[in-house]
Amino acid sequence: MALRTEPFVVNIGPAHPSTHGVFRMRATLDGEVIVDMEPVFGYLHRGIEKLAEERTYTGVIPLTDRLDYLASMSNNLAYVLAVEKLAEIAVPGRAEYLRVIMAELQRIASHLIAVGAFLNDCGAFMTPILYMIREREKILDLFEMASGQRLTYNYMRVGGVSQDVPEEFIPALGKFVKVMPGFIDEYDQLLAENEILLARAKGVGILPKELAINISASGPVLRASGVKWDIRKVDPYSIYDRFEFDIPTGTVGDCYDRYRVRIQEMRQSVRILKQALEQLPPGEVRSDVPHLLRPPVGEVYGHIEAPKGELGFYLVSDNSIAPYRLHIRAPSLINLTALRDMIVGWKVADAIIIFGSIDICMGEVDR
Amino acid sequence: MTVALSVEEIASKIEENFPGSIVESSPKSIVVNKESLFAVASYLKTTPGLDFDYLTAITAVDYYDYFEVVYQLTSLQHNHSLVVKTRCYGRDNPTLPSVVSLWRGADFQEREIYDLMGISFDGHPNMKRIFLWEGFQGHPLRKDYL
Amino acid sequence: MAMPVLPPDWPGGFWAHWGVFVVIIFVFVMAMVMGFIWFERRAMAIMQARLGPNRAGPFGVLQPVADAIKVLLKEDIIPAAGDKLVHWLAPVVAFVPVLMIFAVVPFQGGAILADLNIGILYVVAISSVTTVGIFMAGWASNNKYSLLGAMRQVASVVSYEIPVVLSIIGVVLLAGSLSLSQIVLAQDIPFILLQPLGFLLFFIGGCAEINRAPFDLMEADSEIVAGFHTEYSGMKFALFYLAEYGEALAISAIVTTLFLSGWRGPVLPPWLWFLLKVGLVFFVIVWIRTTVPRVRIDQLMALAWKFLFPLALINLIITAIEILAWPAASSWVIVLVNIAIMVVLVLLWSKFFRLGGGRVEV
Repeated sequence: MALRTEPFVVNIGPAHPSTHGVFRMRATLDGEVIVDMEPVFGYLHRGIEKLAEERTYTGVIPLTDRLDYLASMSNNLAYVLAVEKLAEIAVPGRAEYLRVIMAELQRIASHLIAVGAFLNDCGAFMTPILYMIREREKILDLFEMASGQRLTYNYMRVGGVSQDVPEEFIPALGKFVKVMPGFIDEYDQLLAENEILLARAKGVGILPKELAINISASGPVLRASGVKWDIRKVDPYSIYDRFEFDIPTGTVGDCYDRYRVRIQEMRQSVRILKQALEQLPPGEVRSDVPHLLRPPVGEVYGHIEAPKGELGFYLVSDNSIAPYRLHIRAPSLINLTALRDMIVGWKVADAIIIFGSIDICMGEVDR
Repeated sequence: MTVALSVEEIASKIEENFPGSIVESSPKSIVVNKESLFAVASYLKTTPGLDFDYLTAITAVDYYDYFEVVYQLTSLQHNHSLVVKTRCYGRDNPTLPSVVSLWRGADFQEREIYDLMGISFDGHPNMKRIFLWEGFQGHPLRKDYL
Repeated sequence: MAMPVLPPDWPGGFWAHWGVFVVIIFVFVMAMVMGFIWFERRAMAIMQARLGPNRAGPFGVLQPVADAIKVLLKEDIIPAAGDKLVHWLAPVVAFVPVLMIFAVVPFQGGAILADLNIGILYVVAISSVTTVGIFMAGWASNNKYSLLGAMRQVASVVSYEIPVVLSIIGVVLLAGSLSLSQIVLAQDIPFILLQPLGFLLFFIGGCAEINRAPFDLMEADSEIVAGFHTEYSGMKFALFYLAEYGEALAISAIVTTLFLSGWRGPVLPPWLWFLLKVGLVFFVIVWIRTTVPRVRIDQLMALAWKFLFPLALINLIITAIEILAWPAASSWVIVLVNIAIMVVLVLLWSKFFRLGGGRVEV
């Protein structure tokens, strides 16, 4: 006699210790196996695109801070690069180097949280994430020296950065760059070959290469599926063509690959930081840009390689002091497109891990 | 360096295959009319040499007289990009063909455009609001909303 | 019916003995559970590069007391649509068996509440009753998450009983008796050396039974909120919490008795040895919790049935062969032989055993 079972619908989220931000998954479960899943979001929608139409070009920068609040420097950078591309404004040399330094430090900080949260979801009760937060504190101290803030920096400006770094920044950065590779090796050693982690993450939540390209995935998610596509190499912005670094890629596109890609990217970021620190020229950090900037009529799409993927700003200007239209191409939103494909067929415990391995930030998804 | 393809060359190719589809072509973008949008998009995706397999972004802009939807296309193999635009006139229930069957990345982005601008896409498997709740009246990103 | 045998130097009658030991056990369990809670939080914190509780009392030793007072003062929430009687009974059914286990654990030479000659069998039987309490909790909460947690719990306890019991039988064969005090007396060499594989199996199986990491998916904070005790608050939640640490204490005590020769040791008073060894075993449990990620439910079952169970059977057969074939062999030779066998078996089995559950086609 066959046992009569029926699938039941469960909400995972929105207030849940493990969904990174307010995100809800309506999962249809058959026992422990997920047979269908629908993502629901919009809980953090603040209308940033509409608000930007009523701010000056410089006044939009604090709004961009709050998009991916774990990587504010990158958001700022993408926006000011788009505006500079539209208005054709040149940036002084020192400012370019400072921007690269801040962006790479931000990449390390964001990946630390991403990897830590992923391992926390796997169940390694807080130990890895606390170690990584300890390193991230060093980075936040550096950011506080430069901009006075720990989370939403508002540091970049159209035409440069808002202020030069104080004297204690350069030695502190030098010290950080010396000790960080040792810490990354420590994290690698702690858990990379752990049997349980391999069993939980290898082969789980595979995103095949064709699907990854078709859903316009970007960032570590795309690279872990085997596509060597990094905006810093294929369409270099700022001065990234002066630095030597590699693009780590994965092979299979499972959670484990995404975890490994992020760890390797942290190593490459430290490499870039070393080179930038050596080459940092003196000079001014901001070019002369009118306070109420009026770019010429036109439109531009400027994009960078943010820690979570390709962050792009589509900007339409009508020669007034506020943007006519600002659209944000949020990598987290687009990476989520394949979530249903990746999760169906796995169990509830895997759904949490797969979701954590994509590394999204709801501030970006919802805007 | 991602090369933005020379629009004249593409424009002539598209005009050959789909006569009458191009409305306007400027150095930076091509504007096609909405009836031929899907055909032109599949042509761009499948033609060897063009191979636009990656849809970077879809945006909608409200220019009072018309809505303009902008498609940023990229080819990963050849590392070139193209901007394709299309326009819809009329503010009550504008519709466009959906490109989800070509590039699944358009899924959430088209839903967002429907939610915030009010342009609905035919052929989208799940055309409903994405950020705002069901039953919300109006489309906030339009210029005449507030 | 003859009265149970009392130790020869005990003053007073049977009921005085019973009364004193009930008090001792109750105080011991409560105090040690509080101590364990504090110890775990400090040890975990230091391993995670932070401080842990350090405000309530010197070094935070009053932290568990503060937690207990806080929890007792909370409002008792009962889900409206749940089964109220079952909801009320569940924490009781989960906690009382934990106390009952200590009735047969020897604290010192003759210091035991009831020297049952089926000691370890009694322990195995009673510890399974806790699972009934947990399932009652999951059921009565009328909450899908709780039910999921409860089902996982039942499945895993049933699976892990078997390797645990088989490794216990190995010890029993060596000691020649089921009584815990006899087992301690038979350990001139601690059984951890004579039964290394058995110790490993019992330890892993024990961790799985008490829902400690890496097998804590019953209360996986990051997955199904708090599992079967999501809907509990106040005193009932406190009872579940006590039951969890009480079980950890019970497993540590049983491991000490079976494998680490209980209260025996030179120089220090026996009860102090007992406490130290229990503390040491608990420290290892905490250490593992801090270090290792969590397994998934199907991997948990696979581990029990495909890895631990065959190894437990092989361990039992090898022990039986050693006892029958070489009764006069020197114990140290047996130690070396057993350790070698354990290493070989564990390495071999890990090569063939894959933990994956894989994706289900829907």
